[in-house]
Amino acid sequence: MEQYEARLLAGLAAQVAELVRDGQVVAVGSDDPLEALVGLDGPEQAPEDPVLQRLLPDAYREDPEAAADFRRFTEPGLRDAKARHAQVVIDSLVAGGMVVDPTSEPVAPDAEVEVALDADQVQSWLRSLTDIRLSLATRLGIDDDEAADEIRHEDGPDAVMADVYDWLGFVQETLVLVAG
Amino acid sequence: MGVVTAAPTPTELERPDVEEITELDTPWVTLVWNDPVNLMSYVSYVFRSYFGYSEAKADKLMLQVHHDGKAVVSTGSREEMERDVEAMHGYGLWATLQKADA
Repeated sequence: MEQYEARLLAGLAAQVAELVRDGQVVAVGSDDPLEALVGLDGPEQAPEDPVLQRLLPDAYREDPEAAADFRRFTEPGLRDAKARHAQVVIDSLVAGGMVVDPTSEPVAPDAEVEVALDADQVQSWLRSLTDIRLSLATRLGIDDDEAADEIRHEDGPDAVMADVYDWLGFVQETLVLVAG
Repeated sequence: MGVVTAAPTPTELERPDVEEITELDTPWVTLVWNDPVNLMSYVSYVFRSYFGYSEAKADKLMLQVHHDGKAVVSTGSREEMERDVEAMHGYGLWATLQKADA
């Protein structure tokens, strides 16, 4: 992987991590003192950010109360896992030789980033690439198969983003083959 | 012969609430919904690795999601289905649960 590709991917992973960490995980009042103490409770409301809505969808389509309960118990853990997977991606890129700040570190600019992943790291990459692609797709307005094709043929910043989206799809496809 | 068949003592049988039976007997299902983002190969991979489905079954379910917009990927108790949905959200798939007959 080229340096610029690695930094691009690391940046996107960092954005997802920031998004899921910064989201308001406000503990609601709980009758269970132990539960309140260890902060198991998540929010009941779906997040307002459309990307977060896609990363953390409602589990019940026609039962808002059950959906809120589910969210309360699962959302903190899901957010945490997504942030951890993003961090694994960033860490393995750094371990593979990604130069975080090219202006401060003397390195051959064309030095390839060589990422080696164990089975657990492959899992994290697969999940994080999914989160990143879901985020990009939401921002690009890809809500059906036709929209994805249309954006590829446009000019401007969205077309660049669409290229990145396609490239990440290719990386993920390769990893799925590796994972079996 | 003088065999006396003792009449069984009438026992007051509690008639179970009909709705309760329905609640217990109706299985729940996990549905995975189509989205234009997730790769077909990845969706099939998730079905194989999480549910332990064969490649043929995973591919069939994946194609059902793709063509029909959704597919039932697992059936069981409500608690089990909540676990499955949570796992699917962890993989980035769009999943919901509902009663099987809904």
